[in-house]
Amino acid sequence: MSELFAMGGDGPYVWSAYGITLAVVIWNVWSARARLKRNLRAAESVSATDEPTRRAKVSQL
Amino acid sequence: MKLPLWFHRFGSPPYVYGLANSVAPWLGGAGLILVAIGSYLGLAVAPPDYLQGDVYRIIYIHPQTAYVGMMAYTLMAVSAGIGFIWHIKLAHAVAVSAAPIGASFTFCALVTGAIWGRPTWGTYWEWGDPRLMFELLLLFLFLGYLALRASFDERDKADRVSAVLAFVGIVNVPIIHYSVLWWNTLHQGPTISRLDAPAMDTAMLVPFLIMVAGFTAVFYWLLLRRLQGEILEREQGTRWLRDFVRGTAA
Repeated sequence: MSELFAMGGDGPYVWSAYGITLAVVIWNVWSARARLKRNLRAAESVSATDEPTRRAKVSQL
Repeated sequence: MKLPLWFHRFGSPPYVYGLANSVAPWLGGAGLILVAIGSYLGLAVAPPDYLQGDVYRIIYIHPQTAYVGMMAYTLMAVSAGIGFIWHIKLAHAVAVSAAPIGASFTFCALVTGAIWGRPTWGTYWEWGDPRLMFELLLLFLFLGYLALRASFDERDKADRVSAVLAFVGIVNVPIIHYSVLWWNTLHQGPTISRLDAPAMDTAMLVPFLIMVAGFTAVFYWLLLRRLQGEILEREQGTRWLRDFVRGTAA
């Protein structure tokens, strides 16, 4: 097991490369989900008030 | 130019949203399983390289992330072009969705390449190396595309102007691919896409190709999820979306 982590002395290079790749994938998943959820919630709140948002925003000004 | 009828269904936001919603989980599941298997085989099972030792194991993620970045750019440019020519808003939505994914994977390819370069080339970064420069340009094209879009208040205008930048920039993709053949570079030549057999042992080639398939599935999974978010943002206040959220809320 420790051999796997040591990677014959190349451990820091190999594991940091894999760690950064994992972080990039996780960021992508999180960011896509957050955007989808935010816009779903926005659509739900529009549907609850039953008013088109675009017009509502203008009339509030 | 007339487009076939089936093509027009892909211009319908509710249809594409629903399709993405049913396909995405399969792509995500398959992609993550393949990446997990490929990582295990690449890190723990495949033999060390006779020259590079264990550091070569970065080969199971570095070319794959670079390839996802180039695939994302090609998809972005082609869909932006389709949106520009045929005035299809959903095509622009696909282009916008591909950009952040492509930018992050290109960044990842540059960083993992730098990490690999240190022990093998003796340097993290080499100014003037063609492939490194054009890959960096790819990152700047993604960021430029996103920055250009952000500078417009009107979405239609942002779609049309940024599409031109995306389409012009596509010339960079084949340049990256052929850069190792056209110029002298530190970067190695093609290992897999050669006319003769791939110059890689089967024990290394199998995890390599599993990772390529896994990253491809992960990319399309992320793209569909982003596209869903983008469709919802563009369709706020429309009747189908109102009916849709009421249907799921009830």
